[in-house]
Amino acid sequence: MTSTTSPITAEALSATTLLRFATAGSVDDGKSTLVGRLLHDSKSVLTDQLEAVERASQIRGHDAPDLALLTDGLRAEREQGITIDVAYRYFATPRRRFILADTPGHVQYTRNMVTGASTAELAVVLVDARNGVVEQTRRHAAVAALLRVPHVVLAVNKMDLVDYAEPVFAAIAEEFTAYAASLGVPDITAIPISALAGDNVVEPSAHMDWYGGPTVLEHLETVPVSHDLAACPPRFPVQYVIRPQTAGHPDYRGYAGRIASGMLRVGDPVTVLPSGRTTTITGIDVLGTSVDTAWAPQSVTLLLADDLDVSRGDLIAPTASAPAVTQDVRATVCHLHERALRVGSRVLLKHGTRTVKALVKELPYRIDLSHGLAHENDPAELAVNDIGAVVLRTAEPLPIDAYADSRLTGSFLLIDPADGTTLTAGMAGEAFAAQPPPAAAAAGDDEGWDF
Amino acid sequence: MTTTVAHGGATDSPYALSHLDALESEAVHIFREVAGEFERPVVLFSGGKDSILMLHLALKAFAPAAVPFSLLHVDTGHNFPEVLEFRDRTVAEHSLRLHVASVQDYIDDGRLRERPDGTRNPLQTVPLTDAIRELRFDAVFGGGRRDEEKARAKERVFSLRDEFSQWDPRRQRPELWQLYNGRHAPGEHVRVFPLSNWTELDVWQYIAREDIALPEIYFAHEREVFQRSGMWLTAGEWGGPKDGEAVETRLVRYRTVGDMSCTGAVDSDATTLDTVIAEIAASRLTERGATRADDKMSEAAMEDRKREGYF
Repeated sequence: MTSTTSPITAEALSATTLLRFATAGSVDDGKSTLVGRLLHDSKSVLTDQLEAVERASQIRGHDAPDLALLTDGLRAEREQGITIDVAYRYFATPRRRFILADTPGHVQYTRNMVTGASTAELAVVLVDARNGVVEQTRRHAAVAALLRVPHVVLAVNKMDLVDYAEPVFAAIAEEFTAYAASLGVPDITAIPISALAGDNVVEPSAHMDWYGGPTVLEHLETVPVSHDLAACPPRFPVQYVIRPQTAGHPDYRGYAGRIASGMLRVGDPVTVLPSGRTTTITGIDVLGTSVDTAWAPQSVTLLLADDLDVSRGDLIAPTASAPAVTQDVRATVCHLHERALRVGSRVLLKHGTRTVKALVKELPYRIDLSHGLAHENDPAELAVNDIGAVVLRTAEPLPIDAYADSRLTGSFLLIDPADGTTLTAGMAGEAFAAQPPPAAAAAGDDEGWDF
Repeated sequence: MTTTVAHGGATDSPYALSHLDALESEAVHIFREVAGEFERPVVLFSGGKDSILMLHLALKAFAPAAVPFSLLHVDTGHNFPEVLEFRDRTVAEHSLRLHVASVQDYIDDGRLRERPDGTRNPLQTVPLTDAIRELRFDAVFGGGRRDEEKARAKERVFSLRDEFSQWDPRRQRPELWQLYNGRHAPGEHVRVFPLSNWTELDVWQYIAREDIALPEIYFAHEREVFQRSGMWLTAGEWGGPKDGEAVETRLVRYRTVGDMSCTGAVDSDATTLDTVIAEIAASRLTERGATRADDKMSEAAMEDRKREGYF
């Protein structure tokens, strides 16, 4: 990669990593207070922002600055006192940079939580210690599990209102951990906090000697941000073909893309999908520097041994672990738009860098996230915020992975061909890692679908 | 449940990208997506640091080939001469094509009227929209960052605009994973923000790491300025100072570069990238809070301008 030219900026500043995380919880759980405190205590709220919040708070008749106003963006939201969308927040500590997808917790905004969780490596789920695990908590855990967010933090908030009592925390942590683990969440950390008083958010609490774990911020600073690359199948969606055709580079032909998962090496035998042609990687450029290995999520340019017909939309994968191609896609989806999805709907399917026509063949079931994952078989349609299963037939074969194996090459969007509206977010394969939905087994149609 | 977190130690594997590498990779991915899916993309290029950074990333994204986009600058007529000179030098150096939409032309022929406060930033929207329509651009790269302002915090990477360039925050498309939906009807276009996830500090650190040249007004220099609305403005033909506004020579630099009438300088002795970075890291004001009069007009000033088609 690029060499550092300035010695002073190099070490401390460039050595930090980036963690993307999402928060879920309702206003009543103290989510805005938690977010406000993370931003405020990490000194990411600057004076002019705080003054603007103070002015706005006074206009609204509040005595103290309402930190929730920091995370409300649009006038439309302020006028209605709601949050209608995902807001992205940025803060930093000497150890790490953070991108926070702040999503509203209202039941009807499942789509926002799904959106925020899709890029998150970690999700913070808030509960009120007085109420414990409620329907909405289960819904949040289910969304995190569905989107395969690798790390989940349960922040048991308002511990000050239950006398910082360990048994209260332990019971909630146990119930939540059991539930989230049953859905396949691989890593769960429960932390007792008071966002209002600041206990265990940034600073360790002076009131909970019985708790020996990290604060929320310590956990955010130390949770691993990269996967076990060796365990992930290497995947390279081709974005663009670079052909300078200049005197200096008459024959250069490079395939530009961002490695979606795993690691690629010069010398790897690879298959180009969907054509199935095989070749070998002869060179890898990471933005101007020639390297022997590159890994997700680097943007690179690949050089191949043979002059194949490779173009945008193709997927390059090691021949030994290339995905099967299929025109029959079975997936779990979150429907995002007011326009409902029905059997017979003609849509566009965007997968990686390829967009193809597709037809909704079946809607096997809808999952009610708030009632113990009750399944409703053969729903008439999937409406906005619905989670369910779909069976699609695509016009062209796609090299699609199971979402469980690869979040980027196992995911897709469904788009309305009439006006380009994004309708649906799709994840190939079954919904949850640990609890196969009963209706899926009943459907029993696994033809051409072998993971 | 299997717990994979190793507490209490350095947990990042050697394969974890640094935050600058991660942001660079994401921005390059966005440039290449647009090159792959659009017919006529253009990069908004003012000669300011964010647009210089965008161009640098675009050059890296397509090397060793040329950048497959042209550039567009909306010139308010009150731009800093040092910045325009830098703009033209950069365009020549990389053999790029630059389109200029001139606010002054619109004022001269009566299509736009000068505002009583002399601020021309809001006047850029019409020439920008006209240029997009007349030159049939379908993707327009802007240097906007979500950390700049709270309306921007809810902006998408791919932001659909109607034929009047208007932004409707309620009709934005959800953006999941790395799947950007750029489909649009004829006449519509998409604003693309490859720097969405960068902060001001990230921008400066990356500029330092890559040794990217900037106009000299970003660094501390002696300048004749006068105070208005709590900001140091440069005296000049654009309309300042008024009676009662005293001009003095101060050591200042600019944190943002825009229209001279509403972009303020800050007191600073930072003459190098490293001292600028140290100054920003210690600053208690956002760059827009410190230097932009146009954002102080109302609580929703940026939201309103964005709705009308502003950058």
